[in-house]
Amino acid sequence: MTPQDRRYTKTHEWIKIEGDLAVVGITDHAQESLGDVTFVELPSTGQKVAQKGECAVIESVKAASDIFSPVSGVVSKINDDLESSPEKINTDPYDKGWIFKLRDYNKEEYETLMDAASYDNFVENEQ
Amino acid sequence: MSIIFKKSIRGRKGVTLPVSDVPLHHEIPDKYTRSEPAELCELSELDIVRHFTELSRKNFGVDSGFYPLGSCTMKYNPKITEKIAALDGFSSIHPLLAQQNKGELYTQGALAVLHNLELLLCEICAMDAFTLQPMAGAHGELTGMMLIAAYHNHKGNQKTEVLIPDESHGTNPSSASIAGYSVKSIPTNERGILDISSLESLINEKTAAIMMTNPNTLGLFNPEIEKIATLAHKYDAMLYYDGANLNAIMGKFRPGDANFDVMHLNLHKTFATPHGGGGPGAGPVGVKKHLEQFLPISRIRKCDDGIYRLDYNYKDSIGYIAPFYGNFSVCLKAYVYILIQGAAGLSEASENAVLNANYVMNSLKSYYDLPYDHICMHETVFSAKKQLENGIHALDIAKALIDKGFHPPTIYFPLIVKEALMIEPTETESKETLDQFISAMIEISNAAAKNPKDLKKAPVTTPVGRLDETKAAKDMDFCYK
Amino acid sequence: MSFISNTADQKIEMLKTCHVDSINDLFRDIPQNLAPKSFSIPEPKSELEILSFFKNLAAQNGSDLTCFLGGGFYDHFIPAAIDALVSRSEFYTAYTPYQPELSQGTLCATYEYQTDICRLTNLDVSNASLYDGGTALYEAVQMATHITGRKKIIVDISVNPVYRKMLKTYANNLSLELVETGKGIGLCDRENIFSVLDKNTAAIILQNPNFFGFIDDHSDIVEKCKSLGILSIQSVYPVALAIIKTPGEQGFDIATGEGQSLGIPLSFGGPYLGFMATRKEFVRKMPGRIVSRTVDNHGREGFVLSLQAREQHIRREKATSNICSNEALCAIRAHIFLSLLGKKGIRDLASLCVDKAHYAMETIKKIPGVKVMDSLPVFNEFTVKLPVKTTPVFEKMLEQGVSAGLPLGNYYPEMENCLLIAVTEKRTINEINRFAMLLEENICQ
Repeated sequence: MTPQDRRYTKTHEWIKIEGDLAVVGITDHAQESLGDVTFVELPSTGQKVAQKGECAVIESVKAASDIFSPVSGVVSKINDDLESSPEKINTDPYDKGWIFKLRDYNKEEYETLMDAASYDNFVENEQ
Repeated sequence: MSIIFKKSIRGRKGVTLPVSDVPLHHEIPDKYTRSEPAELCELSELDIVRHFTELSRKNFGVDSGFYPLGSCTMKYNPKITEKIAALDGFSSIHPLLAQQNKGELYTQGALAVLHNLELLLCEICAMDAFTLQPMAGAHGELTGMMLIAAYHNHKGNQKTEVLIPDESHGTNPSSASIAGYSVKSIPTNERGILDISSLESLINEKTAAIMMTNPNTLGLFNPEIEKIATLAHKYDAMLYYDGANLNAIMGKFRPGDANFDVMHLNLHKTFATPHGGGGPGAGPVGVKKHLEQFLPISRIRKCDDGIYRLDYNYKDSIGYIAPFYGNFSVCLKAYVYILIQGAAGLSEASENAVLNANYVMNSLKSYYDLPYDHICMHETVFSAKKQLENGIHALDIAKALIDKGFHPPTIYFPLIVKEALMIEPTETESKETLDQFISAMIEISNAAAKNPKDLKKAPVTTPVGRLDETKAAKDMDFCYK
Repeated sequence: MSFISNTADQKIEMLKTCHVDSINDLFRDIPQNLAPKSFSIPEPKSELEILSFFKNLAAQNGSDLTCFLGGGFYDHFIPAAIDALVSRSEFYTAYTPYQPELSQGTLCATYEYQTDICRLTNLDVSNASLYDGGTALYEAVQMATHITGRKKIIVDISVNPVYRKMLKTYANNLSLELVETGKGIGLCDRENIFSVLDKNTAAIILQNPNFFGFIDDHSDIVEKCKSLGILSIQSVYPVALAIIKTPGEQGFDIATGEGQSLGIPLSFGGPYLGFMATRKEFVRKMPGRIVSRTVDNHGREGFVLSLQAREQHIRREKATSNICSNEALCAIRAHIFLSLLGKKGIRDLASLCVDKAHYAMETIKKIPGVKVMDSLPVFNEFTVKLPVKTTPVFEKMLEQGVSAGLPLGNYYPEMENCLLIAVTEKRTINEINRFAMLLEENICQ
C-alpha cells in the first residue's frame, strides 16, 4: 500500500512532513525496479537543494539512479545508516530507508506534488 | 579453483635469473627502500603453467565456440596475425627510437605498417586522413570529440551540445560529456531508427555534433542518412560515425561518401584482432579534410626520398593523446587481416555477416518478440517479452544458452528494448553452427513455457553457478588478503 | 584468403529463409547513390605470401640494436612461459567477462593481478587496467578533480615528458589548469611546489624514480598536500617498486604507472598496460573495471565484475570515465611475469638492474669530459652530461649497433648535451664496456 501521509514525484521520490522538517525517500515501486541496493551516495548536510535538483545517487548491481529533491530546501539530516546497510531502502523504503531531511523547505512546491492515489495511477500508466 | 597466492610455497621460484656479471654490488640507501618485500607468490614454472592452464579452461573464447555477443563482432581471429605480430623485428622495437635523429632509419618497417594501414582505412571509410593513436573505441570517440571541439574553437563557433540517439553505445554520451559537451538524447522512432522530426526540433546553433552508429545498435541501417548530414551541416555541426558496427557495411557503404566528418573504428571488432578478454583494442579515428589539421601528433609521413618520418609540424593539432603511435601490434594484426582479405574478402565478410544475422532473425522471430521487424544488418535485437510472461528474463535465457554450449548474446542492451537479446553471429560462423544455436534458442523458449523453474537454475555445467553480485558490490573484496 | 565457412548452396538456402533472392537485397536500405565511389584495396593474398611480405618489413627494423634506451619503457627479459600461457586462445579470443560463469579464468587472473598491484604499491585497491601509463595518469587527474571539485593540477617537470605532453593535451581540451614546477635535472623542486599549492589545487603529480632516474621520498610533499585537501598522485616504475619505498608508504592517494616492464614486449609502443591503485575510500571514483571475489548460488568461490554502476554502459554521460576496453591480456601477462619471478625473484631482478646501472655509471664516469649525475641515488637509469651535443653521438652509435640512450634535448632544450641511459638485467658486462668505449670514441671525434 502506498502511504497516504505524504506526497510523490514523477521520478519516484516520496516526501513527508515531520514538524519543521520534510523527509525524503524513494517509493516501493522505485526500489523494486532498481533491485538490490548496494550503495547510497548521500548529500551533505547544509547543502542547498533546488526542486528537481540531483542530490543523491542510489546504486544497485546493474543500475545507478539519481535522486531528485521533491522540493527546494536545505539538507539538515542524512540517513547515515544507509552507508552500512543500504538494503534498508529495499526492505523498508517508507520508513527506515529514508534518505535525507530538509529544513526551510518550500511548502508551495510540496502542495503541487501527487498524492498517493495519483501516484499509483501514474505508476500504472507508466507501465 | 584455488587462488594463486594460496598455492605459494616459501622459497620456491619460477625463473632463474643470470648471476650478475659486473664486479660491483650497490645498495639503495634505506631511507628510500620499502620496509617489507611485496608478497608475490612463490611457485615453480610448472606450478604456474598448471595454474594458468586451469584458469584458461574456465574461460570461453571464439575458439571455444559460438560467441554471438551483439555489438562486439566476435569473429574468428586468424592465427597468422599472431605469428606476424610476434616477429622479433616488430615486437622488440623501442618506440622512442623512431623519434631520434636517424632513428627512423631503424624503424622503417614499423612506420610503413602504420602509414599503409592509415591509407587503407581511408579507402575503406572514404575519409581523408586517419590517426591510429587511440587505443580503444572509447578513446577514439574522445579523440573525435576533441577534434570537433578544436574545429569549432578554430572557427570561433560557440557550441555546447552534442546530440546522441537514445539507442547509442554508452561510451558515446560519456565521451561527449568528458569532452565538455552537454548531451541531448534523440528518440528512436517506431521503425527503430533516429526520429528525424525530433532531431529537427533538437538541433540548433549550439549543436557541436551528432554522434551516430549506422547501422545502429538495433542492427538497422538509417536510409535517411544524407538528410541528417545536410541538417547537421546547415548548423555547422559535425556528423560523427561510431564505427563499432562497420562489419555490416564494408564495400557496401563508406561513411565519408555520406558526408560523415569524423569517425572511429574498432580494429578488435571489424578487423579481426583478438579482444584478449577485455583488451587490448585499437580505435583509429578518421577525418575529412576540414578536420585533418587538428589530428593528434606525431603523424607519419612518407617523404620524397621514400623514407617514413614522424612529423610534428601541425600547429593546430590537439596534441598528444597517446604515448606513441597507438597499440602498434593490434594495428599490425589488422593490417595483416586487410591484406589477406583484399577488397573482395572485406565485402564478402560484410555480406555474410548480414546474411547470417538475417538468417537467425528469420528463424527465431516466431519464437521471440522482434520489436523492430525489418531486414537487419549484421545483428538483430529480440526482446524476451513473451518469455517474461512466464517469469523468464533475458538473463535466464542467457544462462540457459551457456548450458547448451554457447556464449550468450548481449543482454539488456540497447536500453530502449525491454529484456533485450542482441545477437551478432558474424560472417565466420557456418550454417550448421547457426542451426544448432537456433535450435537451442527454440528449446529454451519452449522450456520457458513449460518448465520455467528449471531455467532459473542455469547454468549448471560451468565451474561456478550464478554469482552473488550484491555481495560482491557490498563486500568489495578486490584484493586477496 | 577467406574465413567464410558457408558454401554457395548453403547461402542460397539461407536466403530462402530470409525471403530474399540475393544478398544484395539485404542491403536495400543503403541508398543506391551511396554505393562506394571506390574500394581500392590490394588483391587478397595467401598466408604464405603474407608471411614473407611481413618478414621483409620486420627485417627493416633495428631489432638487433643493443638497447640502452629507456625513458619509461624498458628492454626487460620476458620468460617463455608468458607467451605460452597467454597464447591459450581461451584467454585471448574472449571478450570482456560480462558472463562470469564463462569467464572465471580471466576474472580470477584479473583479481590476482589486482592483488599484485596492491602489494607492489601498498595501496588498497587496483583496477583491472587502463590503456597505458599516460592514460592512467590522466585518469587519476580526472578522478582527483571529481573528488575535490577543483580544477588545478600541479605536475613536476621530472615527470616523464611523454606523459606531460598527454596531460597538456587533455588539460587544454578539457579545461583543466596545469601548472608545471621544477627547473632542471635533479629531484622535484620542493620550494617551487610549496609556493604553488593552494586550496584550488586538485592534485599534484610526482614520479619515482623520476624521469632523470633519481629516487626520492615524497612523504614531506604528500603531508603538505593533505593539509590543503590536495590529492597526491605518484607515477611509478613497477620493477623499481620491488625495492624502493612504495606510494602507500609515502602516503600517496593514487599510484599509476606503465606495466610494460612486467613481461610485455616493447612492440613499437603498444599495447602496454596502465595500472592504477588507490585507497579504499576513493574506489567509487576510480575509472575502469574492477573484479570482486564473491560466491555463487551454491556458496562456491567465484569472481565477477563489480561496481559496474560507475561505468559508461550504465551511467552513460555521468560515468566516472568513458573507458570500456582496457588491456586485460597485458594485465594477465604482467601477473604471470610477477608470479614467475615471485617475492624473491622480483627483488633479484631489481638488484641486477641496480648493480649493472651502477657499473655502467662507474665505467662511464672514467671517460674524460663526461659528467655523471650521481649525487643522488638512482635505480636503473641515469643522466650523463657529455662535453658535446648528444645527437651526433647517438647517430654514430646507431651505426655501430647501439641505441645509446635518450638524448634529452628533445624535451628540455637546455639539455642538448644530456643523455639518459637505461641499463636492464639484459645488458651484459661486455655490452656495457663496449658502450662506454664507443661513447668515448665518438665524443673525442
